[in-house]
Amino acid sequence: MSKRAIYLDHSATTPTDPRVLEAMLPYFNESYGNPSSAHGFGRKADRAVEDAREMIAKIFNCKPSEVIFTSGGSESDNLAVRGAAWDARRHGKGLHIVTTPLEHDAVGKTAKQLADVAGFEMTVLPVDHDGLVDVEDFAAACGESTTVASIMYANNEIGTIQPIAQLAAHAKERGILFHTDAVQAAGQLTLDVQALGVDMMSVSAHKFYGPKGVGALYVREGIDLVPSQSGGSHENGRRAGTLNTPGIVGLAYALKLAYDELEQHTQHYQVMRDRLIGSVLTRVPDARLSGHPERRLPTHASFIFNDINSDMLLMHLDMKGIAASSGSACKTGNPEPSNVLLALGYSREDALSSLRLTVGRSTTANDIDYAVDVLAESVEKIQQLGLGVR
Amino acid sequence: MGNNADIRVVVAMSGGVDSSVAAALLVEQGYDVVGMMMRLWSEPTVAGGAHNRCCTPDQMSDARRIANKLGIPFYVLDTQDVFRSTIVSFFIEQHREGVTPNPCLECNRHIRFDYLQRNALALDADYLATGHYARVAQGDDGRFLLKKGLDDAKDQSYVLSVMGQEQLSHALFPVGEYAKPDVRLLAERFGLPTASKKDSQDLCFIGDGNYRRFLNEHAPEMMSAGPIMRRSGEILGTHEGLPNYTIGQRKGLGVQYSEPLFVLGMDSARNTLIVGTADELGSSELTAKRVNWVSGETPSEAFRAEVKIRYKAKPMPALIEPLDDDRMHITFDMPMRDISAGQGAVIYDGDVCLGGGVIERTREVVALA
Repeated sequence: MSKRAIYLDHSATTPTDPRVLEAMLPYFNESYGNPSSAHGFGRKADRAVEDAREMIAKIFNCKPSEVIFTSGGSESDNLAVRGAAWDARRHGKGLHIVTTPLEHDAVGKTAKQLADVAGFEMTVLPVDHDGLVDVEDFAAACGESTTVASIMYANNEIGTIQPIAQLAAHAKERGILFHTDAVQAAGQLTLDVQALGVDMMSVSAHKFYGPKGVGALYVREGIDLVPSQSGGSHENGRRAGTLNTPGIVGLAYALKLAYDELEQHTQHYQVMRDRLIGSVLTRVPDARLSGHPERRLPTHASFIFNDINSDMLLMHLDMKGIAASSGSACKTGNPEPSNVLLALGYSREDALSSLRLTVGRSTTANDIDYAVDVLAESVEKIQQLGLGVR
Repeated sequence: MGNNADIRVVVAMSGGVDSSVAAALLVEQGYDVVGMMMRLWSEPTVAGGAHNRCCTPDQMSDARRIANKLGIPFYVLDTQDVFRSTIVSFFIEQHREGVTPNPCLECNRHIRFDYLQRNALALDADYLATGHYARVAQGDDGRFLLKKGLDDAKDQSYVLSVMGQEQLSHALFPVGEYAKPDVRLLAERFGLPTASKKDSQDLCFIGDGNYRRFLNEHAPEMMSAGPIMRRSGEILGTHEGLPNYTIGQRKGLGVQYSEPLFVLGMDSARNTLIVGTADELGSSELTAKRVNWVSGETPSEAFRAEVKIRYKAKPMPALIEPLDDDRMHITFDMPMRDISAGQGAVIYDGDVCLGGGVIERTREVVALA
């Protein structure tokens, strides 16, 4: 049997679009100047960086000066949450942070650290079985001392999309800074910060066919974050470190392509995703879709099976050339159930029996059909041999 | 590379030199090789902050790095629950009954050549390979034979004596054909780390290897003091918990007596340590239970062969009588001083391992109880 290689893990990362790669190349060894330098080499790089910032600002519907370049999603999240929290403390404001159990650790663990070591109070909102946050719950959790809220735009494990505009509108009324982690949403959902009404928003290039190691944070004008990383006065003193010119060029160009071609890609994603969800639910006994059935990312399918050790399933899929992931995927064989799935009300056993398949631009119907064949076969094999028992 | 490319082999990797060389040899021989590491249960952390000896993040990243270098897939199989419920609980229970179990035998019986092998076969593998020093051969009648490793000093067939025909038909021991120094040379040739690692996997789940401390923490009730007694009933002193002692032990008894005393046995029902003089020690007989015959067939009559009563013991000539209920009776030509209940009695015909069983409590102690 010939070996196939089918990548269904686009939520983990995407390949860099060849057009993006080409746009980046000159900034490695031709226009290699430091954008901060005052000479011609530096000016060339500086222009590329500022062109990139403008391109991004157009998509965000914001001012270029409101875009900060970072090393990726985790850094953007850290800067937003910690930076806003320290600023609240600096000005003697309230020290209450509101967040959700769905957050990426870059937000969740940052908030927890602030609570553990810096005297902040933290409220983690409840979510329903589909992973939706209720605006009423959010309103109820916000008090006099609440200064920062961070709620993920769309979740990486279950694909559920939050009503960000409604949540942000409520935060605005109460004078609470509202950050959203849009790392998964970027390239698929609108990033118009005016329409969304958010104060801060994180994105990461490698999730939308850009390079790894570069991201951006939108910070509304007038918000004075305390930098996470101190040093030189890059990015108006908000993020120290020599700018990653090729990465920034790649980020901007990848984002532009994603939104120029949004309609075409979205349609393709949805067709592939729906084919995948439909056939998995039909072919795999007792398979359940996790996350919201409609309000979910166009690329995202996630399932809970009946007592199927996720790691074992991933191993079987990998042996057949299928790249997938699970909320509990873990390289050390010491799986912990996903906190996201537990928060949705799934049992520990269910949470350890999850699978995520995320489609991309190059996914074909043939890929989906093969993947579902293999998945159904693997699940049956694991169940028959009683290997799923933990 | 011939047809080996169509043969899938899952190799159990530990990050150590033997299993790494096993994997490299299989890759060199052109097999479709898949690396797998079992995440076994071990104590979370030992007081004082010492790390687990087994399945440490370092060992895992070593194994993963080697797999990457060899260009083979690598997976970690979560085996914690089944290992804890079968091996660790068994270890504690056996000590509670006054016997000294051999967890490696049980691990090969229940984990490696059952749970892991089933996992490997479910991945469409034809074989499970390990880094054991042993060999598999096929007899004239087509039966599979378990043979000692070529390096007698390293031979590990003792702990594999639980294997049957089905397990052997899907097992490969690539380093069994080599002597340990040659395996190190092979590791160098393959560019693998040759750092010396502990050969014995004895008590891999106990953080610091100190099973007395382990039992103290996990089963403190069995570590209570009790009488030290001669078979006559004469009380000579107080012991500090039966698992602290082994059969044949002389030193550290803390008893004054006119001649040297040795541990004869443990009477766990009465929490009593039974001691005696050198001439009381030793027996030329034992019975063993849960006997496995590698051939799959129980011999129809008594036969002579050699028997090892510990992993590191010398094989000694004996008469073996198969009994009902998967038991056997063994009579040695010479008395043995350290027959310990719970250890394996493993039978050899030259370098062929015929099978083995678990030694039952010795007659002397039972008689007293």
